[in-house]
Amino acid sequence: MTDRRTPGADTLSFVRHSWAGLRVLLVLTVLLGVVYPLAVTGVSQLTMRWQANGSLVSSSGERVTSADEAIGSVLVGQRFDGPQWFHPRPSAAGDGYDTLASAGSNLGPLNADLLAAVTQRRADVAAAEGVDPAAVPVDAVTASGSGLDPDISPAYAQLQVARVARERGVPVASVDAIVERLTLGRDLGVLGEPRVDVLRLNLALQTLDS
Amino acid sequence: MSATWTAVGQIGLVVLVLAAAHKPLGDHLFRTMTATKHLRVERLGYRAMRVDPDAEQRWSTYLLSLLGFSLASVLVLFGLARLQDKLPLDIGMSPMDPAGSWNAAVSFVTNTNWQWFSGEAAAGHLLQMAGFAVQNFLSAAVGIAVASALARGFSRSGTDGRVGNFWADLVRATVRVLLPLAFVAALVLVAGGVIQNLHAHAEITTLAGQTQSVLGGPVASQEAIKELGTNGGGFFNANSAHPFENPTPWTNALEVILLLLIPFSMPRMFGQIVGDRRQGWSILAAMSMLWVAAVGLLTWAEMAGPGLVPAAAGGAMEGKEVRFGEAASALFAASTTMTSTGAVNSMHDSLTAQGGGVALVGMLLGEVSPGGVGSGLYGMVVLIIVAVFLAGLMVGRTPEYLGKKIGQREITLVALAVLTMPAVVLIGSAVAVVTPAGLAGQLQGGPHGLTEIVYAFASAGNNNGSAFGGLTSGTPFYNTLLGLAMLVGRFVPIALVLALAGRFASQRRVPEGAGTLPTHTPLFVGLLVTVTLVVVGLTFVPVLSLGPVVESLS
Repeated sequence: MTDRRTPGADTLSFVRHSWAGLRVLLVLTVLLGVVYPLAVTGVSQLTMRWQANGSLVSSSGERVTSADEAIGSVLVGQRFDGPQWFHPRPSAAGDGYDTLASAGSNLGPLNADLLAAVTQRRADVAAAEGVDPAAVPVDAVTASGSGLDPDISPAYAQLQVARVARERGVPVASVDAIVERLTLGRDLGVLGEPRVDVLRLNLALQTLDS
Repeated sequence: MSATWTAVGQIGLVVLVLAAAHKPLGDHLFRTMTATKHLRVERLGYRAMRVDPDAEQRWSTYLLSLLGFSLASVLVLFGLARLQDKLPLDIGMSPMDPAGSWNAAVSFVTNTNWQWFSGEAAAGHLLQMAGFAVQNFLSAAVGIAVASALARGFSRSGTDGRVGNFWADLVRATVRVLLPLAFVAALVLVAGGVIQNLHAHAEITTLAGQTQSVLGGPVASQEAIKELGTNGGGFFNANSAHPFENPTPWTNALEVILLLLIPFSMPRMFGQIVGDRRQGWSILAAMSMLWVAAVGLLTWAEMAGPGLVPAAAGGAMEGKEVRFGEAASALFAASTTMTSTGAVNSMHDSLTAQGGGVALVGMLLGEVSPGGVGSGLYGMVVLIIVAVFLAGLMVGRTPEYLGKKIGQREITLVALAVLTMPAVVLIGSAVAVVTPAGLAGQLQGGPHGLTEIVYAFASAGNNNGSAFGGLTSGTPFYNTLLGLAMLVGRFVPIALVLALAGRFASQRRVPEGAGTLPTHTPLFVGLLVTVTLVVVGLTFVPVLSLGPVVESLS
């Protein structure tokens, strides 16, 4: 196998090595760029169909696997503006929770515009919830990295309970119970932070109405 | 449990997994990169590729194969980006412009994965899976190949500079290490909620009656190798902050583990190949010290939340996800910049001044702690030779490492390798701050704007790929210049390291003497860490002072 034309042997022609490189790339692209992703897709679609298609839910909160029946993904935040909803965090993705433009604000810790925005949000949230501005938690006044954060902190969820209950004409205790039921702790006790999924909260509210 | 203790617990859990995994994986890497037999599937592959996997190559031939392969990779990726609208699975994406295609192609081939574009708006599924993801595997395999060639240089003597066979190294690292690990990791990520399908984006009506797109794509298969290969290019713009790339705290921990896994296992492989495991341990110790220090500092900075905005907001949560919080974001940020990954699960532009500074320094260390797949190890060996040389100067005798003399030729190669990255970063940043096109990219002026620019060149020159995202880098100016920075930052050190490997492979082994500096002792680890910090310190203190340091003080 010391054929002069097979690079691997000690030839010093760059062109020859580049052609060999191209052949190697094409063969490996079939393996890594076609077989591998399709194999992962096949196994995922057979065994974990719901997750593989985006953890979608219908308007009744049931798991669905097709976007046609879905009102959203429990993993992706969406806009809730009215007072009858639990509100998500501020979002820098497009006009807010635009999945085609996932992004953070990218503003730094000394940025004057960001400082003004944070102060404004604090005042707005305090007014909407009827609480002292100092009681507004950090996630209510900051935009997430993705702009699609599905979660809020348990503190921000609890802050909104009174308003949501009032607007919907349901007992505070029943909304409180929903927040408590949907609050997740840290994974394995130490990973990440406690959180509540806003879409799940708002889906659960509908069961109170009926 | 207090927030501090859970943060410590979270880091501890990652450390435990890595501590358990680095030996078996390092041994597997050793067996893979020194194997004498081919698997059947590899044999079939070599036949289709028409290359000879058994010929021992001189370092110069090895380098030519590597460069020829990389050139072909850049051209194919450039073509895929330019022509994506004419190919299947384009999901309606337009072709990238020439400067943008050049930048993207170079970026993924050099293991940088800097992205001027956002995936959900600019890249179709075929470009992602057959273009970007393929290079995620192969650029990592190239790193392992070069590190193995360097290690073989030490284990051989008296050859005419033969360091192995590039094609065999590339294929084995891919087929026996990266592919099986990525396959398993991808499925675990799907279980956590990472999507894996070939759907186009579909519009839906949300619960509150608004419209939103449900995104599709083969994300998990790409996410797994993105972390495992220390690549870092996100399927979506928000990268690992995106819920479809990183949906839960445990997938986050898994992604941190994946991006550290191979870099922390490489020292074991090195120790095995050079026939002295203690050498691997000392490299691992130096890498770990720097990584732990960076994680500790960054975690402290983000949890303490200094600065005007964090003080007003009640914490440093701008640019961070609730499910991760400050601690898991800091752990990820330190790990991604200390390896050459560059994935982000929080927006680094919004880190505290101190935290952003640690991330920047993590890259400027040359990414040796533990560094990129393969590149971290060969970067660290270069620094070891500097340390050995300095110690040799102090006692006035010719230094040696692992039985190889460090003469004038060797130390020249090493010095050039050490200086390449700072030259790229400083010259690139200097060009950007004196040209209108460069200055126009800043989102924020003043010291933070300077940090945005230096961060971009540090990221490109070190093949990291993370960004202070405020910088508008999708311009022909930045696409071209950063593309060049990535190329030089990747291939010049590789060429020098392979030349070094060739020198060592041809040298005869010198017996250890009384004057030989032992390189497996805690004392040497201390020296190595000091050298690493001093080299960076002397090179970058002025520019760091004008950027993050000024910002921290204001």
